[in-house]
Amino acid sequence: MSSAEVSTLATPATPWAFKVWRQGALAVTVWVAVALLISYWPNATRVWPMTQGLVNLCLAVAALIGLLGIIGRWSTKVATRIRAAGAWLIALPILLAIWELLTAKLGLLPVPFFAPPQALLAVYVEDWPRLADSLLHSALLLGSGVALGAATGFVAGVAIGWSSSIGYWLHPVLRILGPVPSTALLPLCFFLFPSSWSASVFLIALATWFPVTVLTWSGVASVDKAYYDVARTLGAKQGFLIFKVAIPAALPHVFVGLFMGLGASFSTLVVAEMMGVKSGIGWYLQWAQGWAAYANMYAALLIMALACSGLISALFLVRDRLLAWQKGAMKW
Amino acid sequence: MVALAPTTTAAASAGLALRIESLSHGFALDGQHLPVLERVSLDVAPGQFVALLGPSGCGKSTLLRLVAGLEPADAGTLLADGVPITGPDPSRVVVFQDPTLYPWRRVWDNVALGLEAQGLLKTHSAKVDVALEKVGLSQFARAYPRQLSGGMAQRVALARALVNEPRLLILDEPLGKLDSLTRITMQKELIDLWQRQGYTALLVTHDVEEALLLANRVIVFSDRPAAIKAQLTIERPYPRHRDDPYLVDLRRQIMGLLGLGESW
Repeated sequence: MSSAEVSTLATPATPWAFKVWRQGALAVTVWVAVALLISYWPNATRVWPMTQGLVNLCLAVAALIGLLGIIGRWSTKVATRIRAAGAWLIALPILLAIWELLTAKLGLLPVPFFAPPQALLAVYVEDWPRLADSLLHSALLLGSGVALGAATGFVAGVAIGWSSSIGYWLHPVLRILGPVPSTALLPLCFFLFPSSWSASVFLIALATWFPVTVLTWSGVASVDKAYYDVARTLGAKQGFLIFKVAIPAALPHVFVGLFMGLGASFSTLVVAEMMGVKSGIGWYLQWAQGWAAYANMYAALLIMALACSGLISALFLVRDRLLAWQKGAMKW
Repeated sequence: MVALAPTTTAAASAGLALRIESLSHGFALDGQHLPVLERVSLDVAPGQFVALLGPSGCGKSTLLRLVAGLEPADAGTLLADGVPITGPDPSRVVVFQDPTLYPWRRVWDNVALGLEAQGLLKTHSAKVDVALEKVGLSQFARAYPRQLSGGMAQRVALARALVNEPRLLILDEPLGKLDSLTRITMQKELIDLWQRQGYTALLVTHDVEEALLLANRVIVFSDRPAAIKAQLTIERPYPRHRDDPYLVDLRRQIMGLLGLGESW
């Protein structure tokens, strides 16, 4: 019995027995292999200027994965995060290689419409000031609209849910105006508002306002009446019931509303920028398409996907903080 | 006698005198008036522990809501220490069948609810710790309600009520949903707290045995609309034992009053 114990204790003590992160090693190999493929397989139709840049990027990613894998030996936090992404780190270079083969190397996809990855890289390198400027303008426009829409939607939702006399007046407005796609109001707003920018802020706010209002309202209306009874017998006044009972209880619904409102605001933003506003990512997309600069379009689309996804992630981060008391909440 | 006098007065002032005079109440159900309480009159002396028994749905809980001031009564008078009851007041606190803790607040903040609502939390926050200590949950102050068992949650609800130093504690089947072991422990705790604090207690329960173990006065209601059918005074010292022949006899009587005499 004692000898068995001793032997189980002794096994993990061997100092040089370290485990190699196999997925990581494979990922590094695949990234290097794709770099070699891009570098040595001649381009089919024409010379793409940033081919060597793409090779360097692949090698840099391979080096980064290797580095993080080594850091992961000491930091379990880094290790768990990078290991969770292991399979994707292998799949990504393979997808990149397929894209590269179909476009630059074999020329199977028609050239102006389908750009190879190095063309996107070239856009980022050459046109980054314009892209950054577009991103900034979009962020300003979206931020103003969403902030306005979310704030008014939240207040309106609480008001309708709480007071039946406010509900009497706001409810019909909500029912008529809310379901209208805000982009349908775009032509109208462009001549009603002093500038296309203010018209767009209004429309983005409207697109955000509707779901935030409806869900805040439903959240406040569905609060368990017993919560109010408890607070009232303990001496709570109206203000306490609204701010300390109704609103915290409604917050899970409010976040669903914000999530839906944010999604609606993205599409309104892009349409507004394509139709009237003379800057922003939507405008850039339209402009690139007008010049048949498809590589620019893809580059802008990629940035937009990352930005929108980042915003939604940020929203969920805030939600997870505020609603830590909830059990089994959905993870983004 | 002299030594006893101060404690008696302290207990008397801690409890609230409740007077109910020909109280009637009803609800509108599908356009029809449904009478729930009919001319109920009841005098509760300060510091008394009164249990209300009656058939399910007879209107006992409605009576408690009226006493708590959560709803105005249709007719009749409700007096707390001679003052008409017009709304809820922290001197009359209810413990409901469900703990109804706020899931977004930690245990400590749930207990602090009354003080916070009355704007007393800054000066009296120590009371929260005392109340948690009383129900034996000091270690769970930082927990969220979802992390508690049913019995613990109901203890937190009790602490949330006690922190306001109520003069009338209204108990609406507070142990109704607990398992029998937790129930027995909490019955003991309720008696201990009542004896120490000296508040008046009004308990609705479906459990005849529970009423007999806790209360020094039992009121039996008729079926809806509720009217008082019988009153019993229980002069038995605490802690009481459920197999005390006196209580067993009373139980048989009450079961008979509730129309369950034969099934025993």
